[in-house]
Amino acid sequence: MKTLLSRPWIWSFIAALSVWLATIAFTGGASTVGLSQAALTFAAFSVLVGIGQMFVITLGPGNIDLSVPATMTLAGTVSLKYMDGQSGLILHGLAIAVGVGVCVGMLNYALIKALRIPPIIATLSMSFIVQSAAIWTNRGLRIKPPQALADFTTQTSFGIPNIALLALLISVAAWVLLHRTPYGRWIAAIGQSLPAARMAGIAVDGNRFVTYLLCAILAAVCGYLLACFSGGAALNMGSEYLLMSIAVVVIGGTAVAGGNSNVPGIWGASLFMFLVVSMLNTYGLGAGVRLMMTGAIIITVILLASGRTANLR
Amino acid sequence: MTLPMPPAVLEVVNAAVRFGEVRALDGVSLSIHPGECIGLVGHNGAGKSTIVSVINGGLSPQQGEVFSDGTRLAPYGIGVARSRGVRCVFQELSLCPNLSIIENTRIMHRNLGGFGWRKRAAAIILASIDAIFPDHGIDVGGPVGTLSIAQRQMVEIAMAFSDAGQPPRLVILDEPTSSLDAGLAAQLLAHVRRFVANGGAVILISHMLTEILETASRIVVMKDGKIVAERGAGGFDHASLVEAMGSAATHQTAARRAPAANQPVLELTLPKGQPFRACKGEVVGLAGLGGHGQTRLLLALFDRHSPQWWPIRNPAVTFVAGDRRENGIFDLWSILKNMTAASLGDLSRRGFVQDKAEIDRGDEWKVRIDIRTPDMNNPILSLSGGNQQKVLFARALSTRAPVVLMDDPMRGVDVGTKHEVYGMIRAEAEAGRTFVWYSTEMEEMQLCDRVYVFREGAIVAELTGDAISEHNILRASFEGEAA
Repeated sequence: MKTLLSRPWIWSFIAALSVWLATIAFTGGASTVGLSQAALTFAAFSVLVGIGQMFVITLGPGNIDLSVPATMTLAGTVSLKYMDGQSGLILHGLAIAVGVGVCVGMLNYALIKALRIPPIIATLSMSFIVQSAAIWTNRGLRIKPPQALADFTTQTSFGIPNIALLALLISVAAWVLLHRTPYGRWIAAIGQSLPAARMAGIAVDGNRFVTYLLCAILAAVCGYLLACFSGGAALNMGSEYLLMSIAVVVIGGTAVAGGNSNVPGIWGASLFMFLVVSMLNTYGLGAGVRLMMTGAIIITVILLASGRTANLR
Repeated sequence: MTLPMPPAVLEVVNAAVRFGEVRALDGVSLSIHPGECIGLVGHNGAGKSTIVSVINGGLSPQQGEVFSDGTRLAPYGIGVARSRGVRCVFQELSLCPNLSIIENTRIMHRNLGGFGWRKRAAAIILASIDAIFPDHGIDVGGPVGTLSIAQRQMVEIAMAFSDAGQPPRLVILDEPTSSLDAGLAAQLLAHVRRFVANGGAVILISHMLTEILETASRIVVMKDGKIVAERGAGGFDHASLVEAMGSAATHQTAARRAPAANQPVLELTLPKGQPFRACKGEVVGLAGLGGHGQTRLLLALFDRHSPQWWPIRNPAVTFVAGDRRENGIFDLWSILKNMTAASLGDLSRRGFVQDKAEIDRGDEWKVRIDIRTPDMNNPILSLSGGNQQKVLFARALSTRAPVVLMDDPMRGVDVGTKHEVYGMIRAEAEAGRTFVWYSTEMEEMQLCDRVYVFREGAIVAELTGDAISEHNILRASFEGEAA
């Protein structure tokens, strides 16, 4: 129990569970299944972008990717436009989305490296360019996704949304990547001290480049799935994921200063972020009160989580 | 008995400190009188830094009392210590790099406020640097970050001796000469003698026993958190001091013969002066005054051969950092992870790090280089500075790189460990490894096969075999002529 409590991610799960119980208690258990499935579905999207952001934040102070929402939008619009509702082109669409991610990731790191722009500015300017590209390709069209894909993203297997299962699979892969491979060690080393990592013979540029690439690809895949899930791409579909991707990483117990990250916390935090909003909606509070409550609850959770004893590995 | 002693500037009685399972101090009593220079020696982790922290008020012992001028000080803390004139120069440098030297002076001396403080601070710090290191050439208006590590240490020392209305009475110098070359170290020790002659008190911690023997009026030997020997100057010589510290007295071994000239494994042409070249199985020393381009050469060699974009299976070079805080350790990690950071490729199979291989590698080096810890999974910061340095050695030596670059790696490492590492370097060189070694210690240069002497960023002399001597190195570094 004690070792469990010392895990940095446990608090986000405790928070999510209590909010879930509070909501269920209010409705008298009427919407348990619906609420849980919705929470899992929406959390899955946050998890996908959160994992990418987590890898970038692991790289240490100043590393952040603000181009996540624009990448989602562009990947969603371009791939949907290409597939044009034909189920035979689903994999082609996915490949196009991944391609969009690869391009954005490469350009992001090119700006950071070649022009020596701080990541926060580089990815922000990139996001404007990418968003403009999305506007240009979209031109206000609303194209339906292929039916098979729309079904997949909205249906469940064994009572669990397909999207959540997919996100779980990717989370496990991310965990393995972070904790069991040299790459995971290397980026954690870079996050703790870039000069020390360089002097230890770690290929710093290569690792940082791959990390920005990974983040952009995950954002692109998330955009592709979200566009299919919501029946078409919209120009503002990514906007809420800018802060969400950062918030779930931080609430999940990853060190903002880098070098120490964890994957499970992202799930707890993503579920929590969705459940808080739906709890306050269930209580029927006004928009202003709802936002204030959301802020207050997030602060409380962070305070509780940071009160834990320092967890040195 | 002799004349009654004046009351102690500071006296610690029966201090005990524990960090978890580790007994850092075990009932230590120490009194420091005016006009005394106490030499404090002992191995890494013997408790030297801990007793210093107790004396400067940074650490409250779980047991024990502190007296000053005959009165008991309770509570005792950093503020009280400073008001009693206790000053400390730390092994890990503590100036703010983004501020100027003048601004750092203002931080150190709180009573320097008010109009025109910059002028007064400049005068105070400049007077102090001038007194200790004449002809220092440091601009006190410039930021600390642009200074070399030796210059930073000079400023740090001058800061401790500076007087802004509250004169220093007891100055603690923890490895003050570790980044200074021979000339600067001599200036500092001369100043210590002057300060002591005028009634000041000094605690000098150093792994360079000659300095202690020449400077201290009383020598205190610590081991495992206790004082094991305490004698006046002259009561010890080099051998008996090493023996009191409890390490095998390995004596300096003669320089190795240079192997037959063979293909160079590393070459670099410098913008001026002689080109640099190192052969297989050679130990090449980089000598000269601190900050004259030795570290820059090492970094240039490293940058040219280390990967930037793609991890390589067979790295050409590996690096042992001297400035371990800045570019050595990963402070969130365990000892084991710190040690294996440079050889993860070797410890992986099919892209995954093999736990067992990693643990075995850690245990092997824990024994080989004697890392003092009960468990390699403890955090790296639980180790003393010298033991952290051993981990960095293990990190570099456990790679398969044929060339090891060392940037003054023995800073703060005790005598026993140094000799173990010297032996290891020799054995590895016999086996065909090349070492490029920058050091501020003459003794270490004499262990090299070949020495390049640096001056103003260029190689001005190349010494081999018997020509490697303190005399020749100093001559070349000051005159720039080949010996």
